[in-house]
Amino acid sequence: MPGLACSSAPPTPHAARGRDFTMSFASARPLRPDRPPDRRARLYRFGALFGAGFRRWSTYRQAALAGLFTNVVFGVMIYSLLRALADDGRRPGGYDTTQLATYVWVGQGILSVVHVWSWNELADRVRSGDVTADLLRPIDPFEAFLAADLGRAAYAVLARMVVPILAGGLMFTLYIPHRLHTVPLFVLSLTLGTVLSFALRYLVNLGAFWLLDARGLSAVWLLASGVFAGTFFPLRFLPEWAQAVLWFGTPFPGLFQIPLDVLVERPGPAQQIGSVVLQLVWVAILIPLVSRVQRAATDRLVIQGG
Amino acid sequence: MAEPGVGQAYARLVRAQIRSQTQYRLSFGIDVASCALGTLIEAAVVLVVFRVSPTVGGFGLREVLVMSALAAFAFDLADLLVGNIERLSTYVRKGTLDTILIRPLRVLPQLLATDFALRRVGRVAQSSVLLVAVLVYADIDWTPARVVMLALTPLAGCALFAAVFLLGACVAFWFVESGEIANAFTYGGKEFARYPATIYPGLLRRVFGYGVGLALVGYQPALFLTGHADPLGGPTWLAWSSPAAAALAWTIALLVWRTGIRHYRSTGS
Repeated sequence: MPGLACSSAPPTPHAARGRDFTMSFASARPLRPDRPPDRRARLYRFGALFGAGFRRWSTYRQAALAGLFTNVVFGVMIYSLLRALADDGRRPGGYDTTQLATYVWVGQGILSVVHVWSWNELADRVRSGDVTADLLRPIDPFEAFLAADLGRAAYAVLARMVVPILAGGLMFTLYIPHRLHTVPLFVLSLTLGTVLSFALRYLVNLGAFWLLDARGLSAVWLLASGVFAGTFFPLRFLPEWAQAVLWFGTPFPGLFQIPLDVLVERPGPAQQIGSVVLQLVWVAILIPLVSRVQRAATDRLVIQGG
Repeated sequence: MAEPGVGQAYARLVRAQIRSQTQYRLSFGIDVASCALGTLIEAAVVLVVFRVSPTVGGFGLREVLVMSALAAFAFDLADLLVGNIERLSTYVRKGTLDTILIRPLRVLPQLLATDFALRRVGRVAQSSVLLVAVLVYADIDWTPARVVMLALTPLAGCALFAAVFLLGACVAFWFVESGEIANAFTYGGKEFARYPATIYPGLLRRVFGYGVGLALVGYQPALFLTGHADPLGGPTWLAWSSPAAAALAWTIALLVWRTGIRHYRSTGS
């Protein structure tokens, strides 16, 4: 009957732009195909996304080479400056020259592992509306993006971390760790730093759900992560009170300064382990925070366009 | 020369950009503020450096602040005017440079107008205030020659950085994904110019300082303004050679740009 067909027709575009299409994706959760929750399947998915992230980044070989060149140039410049501060046997921030060299060169290496620069993938997807596809998948978007980002970081360890360390080692004298547990502790600390960095980048991107455009927040992140993580200069150059504020009041030192301090054994053994525990605490604070903000964000999501 | 319509077309492109960038007001406001704050923090880095050491490469706080402020101002101005040329690699990769090539306007001014980044106004404002403050603090013994030098250096420095930006962007015509190489010379160049050339190892100093000419942006003019002799034995006329270096850099950059545009073959299937 023509009358029936009329009543089931889609709403007019004007009505569609209103509340009608504002869906709460929290209610989409029961669609998960794998109930009851299967740990093995979850781990398998995480691994698959990790591998995908690794492979995705490994296709940009030319970009990796260009990045290495820039890392080496910056390495020489930053080390020259720090080395000049250590003239006349001074120990700026308590580091000797080999520790400074390691701080700079391993630092250049881990910059792209931790990835303290901007990352706008999620924000762009919010603006374009593509994020709906992410939310309909039977996996938490934070978990999915985290897996891919860790895959990216694993590729960066091979492609971006080794060469700057070798280059620095050829040109200058690096610090060789004395304690047996330092290297495994550094690996753990670097992993935690990457997770922290990702959680913060993800939070910045979630801001796009409110602002639609995360460029402003992204600029703030870029500034804060650059200075307060210790990529401009080791944070130990700052007055004691400023250091205390940064270490205990913000997660930023955990991105860069803590892994490097662990590696150059700047603090004693107890403090070395303590600083990694501090990173763990920040991870434990940030991950629940991310899920709460994400829930609030998806509840108010309006798909643009339509 | 150009008909009146052409200038209007560029102005319209810039206005359209400004309108589009200020569309998300709050986000834009945060962006401008953090840009301005960034300049302040970079200046504070110099103070932190002098917290742990009384001299850097044989220079005191006063001299280093002057070279740092000169370099930062020149860089920020260049970044505002042509910095977004680094997006050229995106145009080349996606093949969208075609749409710019077919329009009846010149390619380079069109790209600069289309990508004009208003938020960088915040940086330039902040770094000009900083430059004035540093010059007052440095208590310079003003002579007519030094006033001329002060007027000349930021403009020549800006032109030099702009040429470096352009040259760096041109890399994209041959190696699409290698945009980061340019960062070593642009952002790296700014870092280099902020501190005394005496701290750098010989090769880097020759390549960046006098090969690219970045020692003429901060180091040499600051020596001239503060009346400090060059510990490396450079002659005084070096401080005056920045306009010549900028002109030379622009000649090279425009030649490479022309070659690059002719080399461009678009993309896609």
